[in-house]
Order: sequence, then C-alpha cells, then structure tokens
Amino acid sequence: MIYEHSREGRRATAQAPLETTEATDIPAEMRRSTQPRLPQVSEMQAVRHFTRLSQKNFSIDTQFYPLGSCTMKYNPRACNTLASLPGLLSRHPLAPDTHSQGFMACLYELQEILQTVTGMYAVSLTPAAGAQGEFAGVAMIRAYHDAREDSARSEILVPDAAHGTNPASAVMCGYKAREIPTGADGDIDIEALKTALGPQTAGIMLTNPSTVGVFERRIKEIAELVHAAGGLLYYDGANLNAILGKVRPGDMGFDVIHMNLHKTFSTPHGGGGPGAGPVGVGKRLEPYLPVPMVDFDGSDYRWLTEEDRPDSIGRLSAFAGNAGVLIRAYIYARLLGREGMHRVSEFSTLNANYLLKRLMDAGFDAAYPERRASHEFILTLKKQAKELGVNTMDFAKRLLDYGVHAPTTYFPLLVSECLLVEPTETEAKEDLDNFVEIMRTIKQEAENQPETVKQAPHTMPVRRLDDVRAARELDLAWKGSE
Amino acid sequence: MLATIGVGHIDALFDEIPMALRCGELEAIPPGMPEMEVSRLMQARARIDGQPLCFIGAGAYDHHIPAAVWELTTRGEFYTAYTPYQAEASQGTLQLLYEYQSMMTALIGMDVSNASLYDGASALAEAVLMAVRGNRKSKSKRILLPRSLHPAYRRVVRTIVRNQRVELVEVGYDGNTGLIDREDLEKHGGEDFAALVIPQPNFFGVLEAVDGLTDWAHLHGMLAIAVVNPLAMAMLKPAGEWGEQGADICCGEGQPLGAPLASGGPYFGFLCSTGKLVRQMPGRIIGKTVDVDGKTGYALTLQAREQHIRRSKATSNICTNQGLMVTAATIHMTLMGAEGLQRVAAASHANTGKLTQALTALPGVEPVFEGAVFHERVLRLPIEANKALRALAAHNVLGGFDLSVDYPELGDALLVCATELRNEDDIENYRGKLERVIQSQVQTPCRLKPDW
Amino acid sequence: MSNTPTDRRYAKSHEWLKDEGDGSFTIGITDHAQALLGDLVFVDLPEVGTALEVGSDCAVVESVKAASDVYCPVTGEVIAVNEVLDGAPETINEDAFGAGWMFKIKLTDNSELENLLDAAGYDALLAEEA
Repeated sequence: MIYEHSREGRRATAQAPLETTEATDIPAEMRRSTQPRLPQVSEMQAVRHFTRLSQKNFSIDTQFYPLGSCTMKYNPRACNTLASLPGLLSRHPLAPDTHSQGFMACLYELQEILQTVTGMYAVSLTPAAGAQGEFAGVAMIRAYHDAREDSARSEILVPDAAHGTNPASAVMCGYKAREIPTGADGDIDIEALKTALGPQTAGIMLTNPSTVGVFERRIKEIAELVHAAGGLLYYDGANLNAILGKVRPGDMGFDVIHMNLHKTFSTPHGGGGPGAGPVGVGKRLEPYLPVPMVDFDGSDYRWLTEEDRPDSIGRLSAFAGNAGVLIRAYIYARLLGREGMHRVSEFSTLNANYLLKRLMDAGFDAAYPERRASHEFILTLKKQAKELGVNTMDFAKRLLDYGVHAPTTYFPLLVSECLLVEPTETEAKEDLDNFVEIMRTIKQEAENQPETVKQAPHTMPVRRLDDVRAARELDLAWKGSE
Repeated sequence: MLATIGVGHIDALFDEIPMALRCGELEAIPPGMPEMEVSRLMQARARIDGQPLCFIGAGAYDHHIPAAVWELTTRGEFYTAYTPYQAEASQGTLQLLYEYQSMMTALIGMDVSNASLYDGASALAEAVLMAVRGNRKSKSKRILLPRSLHPAYRRVVRTIVRNQRVELVEVGYDGNTGLIDREDLEKHGGEDFAALVIPQPNFFGVLEAVDGLTDWAHLHGMLAIAVVNPLAMAMLKPAGEWGEQGADICCGEGQPLGAPLASGGPYFGFLCSTGKLVRQMPGRIIGKTVDVDGKTGYALTLQAREQHIRRSKATSNICTNQGLMVTAATIHMTLMGAEGLQRVAAASHANTGKLTQALTALPGVEPVFEGAVFHERVLRLPIEANKALRALAAHNVLGGFDLSVDYPELGDALLVCATELRNEDDIENYRGKLERVIQSQVQTPCRLKPDW
Repeated sequence: MSNTPTDRRYAKSHEWLKDEGDGSFTIGITDHAQALLGDLVFVDLPEVGTALEVGSDCAVVESVKAASDVYCPVTGEVIAVNEVLDGAPETINEDAFGAGWMFKIKLTDNSELENLLDAAGYDALLAEEA
C-alpha cells in the first residue's frame, strides 16, 4: 500500500507551486478544515511503488493474452507517441475551429474510414466505449420509431449468448430485453426468432461472428424477418476483427452498429479502459446520430452540433468523447491501410483455426466442432470437469503459472465449462504452438496430479482470493494501518 | 498452418460466409503507410493547430502534470492490460484501483468510490439514475437540476436518462450572485423529487452555499447529488461534510487530476457515495480480501450489480471504463499529496483573481457576479464576446468561453480561467491584446476607418 | 431419502411457503436453490408493508458470481422480514428451511395455495430437473 510509505510532512516538493497562497476571500465555512488523507511520499518512493505494482500485472506487452471477445492484439507504439504530440495533447476541447483543423481532419478521415470499412452511411465517433455505443444505437432505434409515431414497440431481442451489455443497454433505453435461444449449431434459433417477432419488436441486437465464435450464416434471412416485422437490426461490433475488410455489417442488412476501437483498432485496453465506441448507421437513422460530429466543406472542418442536427439523440459526453483514443485508432488505420484491414481478419482467423485444430488434436473438445472458427473459438472442458474433477477455473488459474493470461472463462453462459480463446492476428505461430504445449501439460497434470491444478496458481503474487469475504466484509478504501 | 487446418488457401477459412456478402477491396480507404510517413502526417496536423495561450476552462483545465505520471502510466504492464478478470495476474491494477478508491474517498469525504465512469457529464447521469433507484423516501423519478450547472452536463444527462422517463426540472440562478435561486428552489419544496443536484463550484465558477442546499434537499426527502471539481476539494469543504449529514452522492470530472487537455478526452468520471448506497452504484468496485494463505489481495467485488452478471437488471450497462486515466490520477494524487493539490488549487484561485483584476481595469470590462469563486470568473465585455474571442484567437490567445449562446440573458459574457500554469506575463499578454481588440472594435462604429 | 419438509408448500421457482397458523405465512428459498447459488453474500428483502403480487420479483439473493430474483409465490402484504439476513446472509446457506427464512406475508387469497406444490411434487420437480 502506498499509504504505508507515508510519513508526516514528506513531499514530492518539486511537483507543486512553491508558494502557498491563502484564499482569504473564500468564507471559512466553505473551506476545508482538515487536509484529505493522501499519501505523503517522495517522488522516488512513488515511482518505485507504482513500477513494482505494474510488475504484478499480466499485459499484452509481457504475456500471451488470448482473452476471448476482448481482442488483445499488440498496440503499436507509434499510435501512442504520435497521439501525444504536444499540439494534440495541449489542445483545449473548446478551442475554436481555427485552431483545430489538424485535429478535426484526423477525426473526419476516421469517420470516413470507419464508414467505408463497415458499409454504413454515416458515423459518429463520440461514444466513449462499446456500451455507450450500444446505448446510442438503441436510443437511435427508439428515436426512429418515435418519429414515426410507432410507439407500441417495447422489446429489443437479444440472443441468450449475448454480452450482458446488450440487455442492459436496451433497458437503459426504456425497452424490455427478450432472449432468443441459440441453436445446437451455434446459429440463432430461427423458429424461436419468428415466434418472438411481432408488432412489439423494436429491434434485435446481434454480434456477428457471434459470441460463440461462429459466423451467423443466415444473417440475410434474419435481417429480412426483422425488417418485415418493422424492427431494426443492431450490430454489436465486439467481433468486427474477424471480418474487417472482408464482410461489412452494412451489407449484411444492419441498420446501426457500434465498433470497439480498443479491440479492432488496437487502442490500448489500459487496465479496463478507456475505449471508444463509434456508431455507424444506415440512411434512415442518420438524422439521429449523437453529436458532435465533424463536417468538411472541401476547405474547412467544423463541428456539427445540436443546432445543425436537431433530431440527434443528443450529447453523450461533455466534449467529443475519448478524442485521444480516436486519434490512436486513426493512426492505426493509416498504418494498416486498405490492404492491412483484410489482413487483420485473415490472420486472426488463421491463427484461431490453427490453434483450435491443434488443441483438438491434443484431446480438447470444441463446443462447435463441425463449425469453422472465426477469430475466436470455444473449448468445453466438461469432460475434464466430470472425469478428473478439474474445471475450467482450475485450467485458467494454472495457465497463469505458465505465463499465459487465461482465455475468457464461463462466457458465453450457455456452454458449460467453457474457455473462449482469441489469439488475435499479432501472435506468431511459435507462440500458438507454445500455448498448445502448455495446455497439453496442464491436461496431463489434471490426469496425474490434479491437486496441482486445483490449487493453482502457485507462482503469482497471491494465490486464489476469497471472493466471498470480499463481498461480505466490504473493505473498499484504506482506513489507516491496523 | 493451412495444412494443419486442412485447407489449401486462407480464403477457405471464410467458407461459411455467403459469397454475396464479401466486399472486395475497399478503394476509398487509403493504402497503408510506414511509420515515418504517418509520423510526418501527424506532426504536420499537430503543428497547424498551434499551441495558443489558453484561458478557457469550462470543464477542462490546463494543469501541470508531474513527468513521472505518464512515464509510469504508459508502462506496458498498465497500458496494455485489460479489466482485471484474473485477479491473481492483475494485482497491480487491482491494488492501484483500491488505492485510487482510498484517495478519492479521502478527498471527497465519503465512504465509497467506484473505479471510474466515462467522464464528468455521464457520471452525473449515472448519479441521477442511482438516486432514483436509491431514494427510499421517494418513488419519484423527478430531479432538480440547476441552470448554473455546466450546460453540456445538462444536455448529456437529458440524453442518457430521458428514455427511462426520468424528468429533469430546471432551477434558475440569481442574476446578481450567479448562485442557485433560492426563491425558485422553494417553489419546489412541497413536491416529490428524488434528488437535488448541487454543483461546487458552479459553471460560473461561483461557490454555492452548499451546506444550506444539502440540508434543504434532505429536509424535503431528496438525496443531495454533489457535482464537484476534485481539485477544488483539496481546498473547499468536501461533499461528504456538506450540511448536517453530507451529500449522498458525489460525482465529477477527474481530468484536473493528471489528464492532459487532449481535445476533451480520454478523461474520467468519478463517483462516490455513502455506504448505504453502495449496491446502487454503477461500475467496477475493488475490495480488499485475503488469499487461501491469508495473504492480503485485491479483487473485483459486488459484481452482482454489473451487466455481465445481472444483465437487464444491472445498475448500468457500463463495462469498459477509463482505467488508464485512473492510473494516472492515482499517481498524480500520490505525487502531489494533499499539500500539493491545495497549492495548485490556491495558485489557480489567485491567478484567476489577478486575471480578473487586470481585465476589469480595461474600460467597459466588468465582473458579472459578486461573491467568491474557485478559479473561474464571468466577465462582461463592451464588445461582442464572439468577435472578441475570434480576434484574440487570431493573436494566439484563447480568451475564454463565450456564454452568450447558453446564457443570452448575460449579454456579452465570457467565462475565463487562469490556472497555476498562467504566469504574470501570460496575464499581461492577454490584457494587452484584449485592450487592442476592444479599442479596434469600439472604434469601428465611429467610422474612423473609411467606409468602403 | 428426501429432506424436503412436508409441513409447507413450494413454488416451481424454488421458494417455500409455510402456514404459521396465525394468519401469516413465512417465505424462503429451498435448500436446493441455496446450493445452486453457492455462498450468499447479500440478501435484498422487501420492505414491511409492501403489497406483493403473485409471481412478482420481491427479493434478490446474491452470491459472488450470480444474483437471483426471488418470486413471491402468493399475493399479499409483507408483515415482517428476517433482519438477521442483513448482516448474515450465510444463514440461508446454513438453514434455508429454518433460520434462513426471508419474510412473512399476510395472504390476500387463500385459493392461490392450491397452485403450489407439496413436498412430493417439489421432489418430483427436482428429479425432473436433474
């Protein structure tokens, strides 16, 4: 704990203005009577403490990180260095357009690139993350129905395998979320969909390739069914990496999409964020896009705001969203270019299918063995759990001992004992082979010395944590040394 | 690799995707560029925007950030990790977030803090929804929102809560003081509201009478939602100590704690509350616990509130947050300490005082509101605010935020800010240029120049 | 050998309801339900005086990795809640049919009881689900 290095009066003095000025014109009853308890440490103590903390993390830069549905690909350093140029870093969000043309040119071109690669009619960059993009998308669906006075539509359909954000976003927009089952082959159950569709349907939220790691083959038929019922189709861009530059959501029949730039466009995940979740729409939803957006008249760039776009669902953040993330994504897109885009989907799909085949050869069960993997795939350890008493959690924890971040565990919920594995396009064949060897070793351990696996991890800064205690005896802030 | 899979060509891996859906080469996307060319492009783009002298605040503030903050934050182990789902392999991020929660609760004077939301404005929207769920005395979905709150925040809150049928009722401000209009507020005393939103400082920079407002809210069965500048909390009474019982929820923009201006983001929204409301809180929360050997460790906790478990009944749809910005803020608060933050707050307060003095010495420039401010001040100009700003910008000075769009009743009013980074030369630079701009503008109607 | 108490009735959504003989009925979740959920960390109970509809979600039981709604098996008014659960949610894990009761209700319509299962019926349901 940083507080344990604290000593009364110790300071990193060089960081603050030298003089203390007394704000005597502020009435005493408005001022703070005691100082907040923040650490009192030297600069070197702080640097050493946070450097050591960082070393307790797994990260893309240090470990293979095949966390399914999160697209943990390498983040090129140029994106950070160039987005941190002084002119970009010091620009005030309310600086006039005359002092923003360089910045706005980047955003405008990013809008154009994202529009093209997704096959949509227009893009707004402002949502701060995927979930805010979902919110914006569903809010636009609602605005569309409301504008047509088609207000009896009360339900958004979501597959049972969907990310939790989908139903949660639907509810934030005032809709009920209704689940559609997934068929045994991983595709959506079309008959169940037909039953669920009706005059109450506002829309459907789909991920394609889906959260079970396969391409929804009858997507055109689904689009026709939903449209015929008067609903709109929402594309959750979580898995866009699998089809980038190959297939476009707009061509599949989607009316609105969000993209996760921290996944597909390689901006850093930062220990939980920030992300960026731009939204793209077909022509009929265009009036409702969230503001601000960037416009270009051939010579100057300018902001489009509520005044220019009166039907917009409105503003989602005080300024223009996570601008620095957008700049990083723009730089990544320029480095990749058009030929790089489809290489992303080709090589991420190649890596996933290769890894799946090798793991199946090593005796692991695929959840959908008869299907082609997309950029990710699901293993089910049902057999190991039943026969050896070693479950998915145990495998995941043991992987940490071998220096690999665990794949996503126990998601999607409909496959029992599942591991969702996404190697991404940036891993070399040797790293994939190494992962196969590690999985094979853990499987042998599970057969011969199961306790080693069940007690894992053994080499991390801590062993398995008591989650029940964390939730029952809440300790959410440091209260002083005991 | 293809042979292992058992296919002849990489295209075969896409065989489940109907041919009719394939898009072919996307000619509208420019071809790829090597790093040196992208670097040249970005240098040029950054250069044309220049680095003007900035006196704009209005929700984003130009503060010094210690060099170590971003040196550490961009270490790959922080920068390229994700949400700490595997706690044993994420103790660095988890412990740092626990330290962040400890620092924020100390700064705000409340029991609990989450691990961040997107920005200050969306954090307020979440605070509003949290109050509607959490007010046990009222079933109302109505919220009192003062006009002295940041206009962009009011718009964002409206966008986010509208579809859940939450009603926002605006409370006016006093034309002399810029404070929440108590008479207007009293009109709502007998009505059922879930919460009153109290900004400190408010959008005009003015310090609200937070004790009385908090007590008023509680007296009328409402929760008190504080919206504060976290830097101001190093100097001002923390939200948890307002009035008899303290505010119930406190949120705001975390940018002044170590995030560069960077065109508006990424920043982070912070959210604190009383312990009673913890289960209504959206977003991730980290708890301290022990491992099987009894060794201290940190883990995500109270996850049953969140979308990945609770789905349609979650407290919010938020998943990805602003973790990296919180990493920077935690290191920033550590290096600055309470004393350092207080000095920055006091220096910004003093500089804005000096700026006000310098500018109001010009003929026709006057402060609009009386009373104490934190580090922003509303000034009325003798010329059109918009024109003045454009003329100043042409001379590389960003002179403030034009209030005439959102508050036309204030006339040609500017919101100005001078943080600790603006020195006396900068202030004199602004004063001199504004003087010339005013002279040239007020002279125009006299037709000293020939009428072409 | 079944451990399902025979002195009460059961809903298919795994709640039990017991006639206290004084006009009040006690409601809780079954031992099977608590076992599925695992270690409980929090129980959110309805407030005394709340009017509940049959089938309405009236309480939430939370474990570390899941949160489940509890559905009211009958229509009525809440007249008491088990405050022990506030500080000790694990009481449900330890004694779901006894000390881990959740709340008491005054029934509006006794005929609703007929829609509920008896112990044998509930055991049959569990056998089916397994």
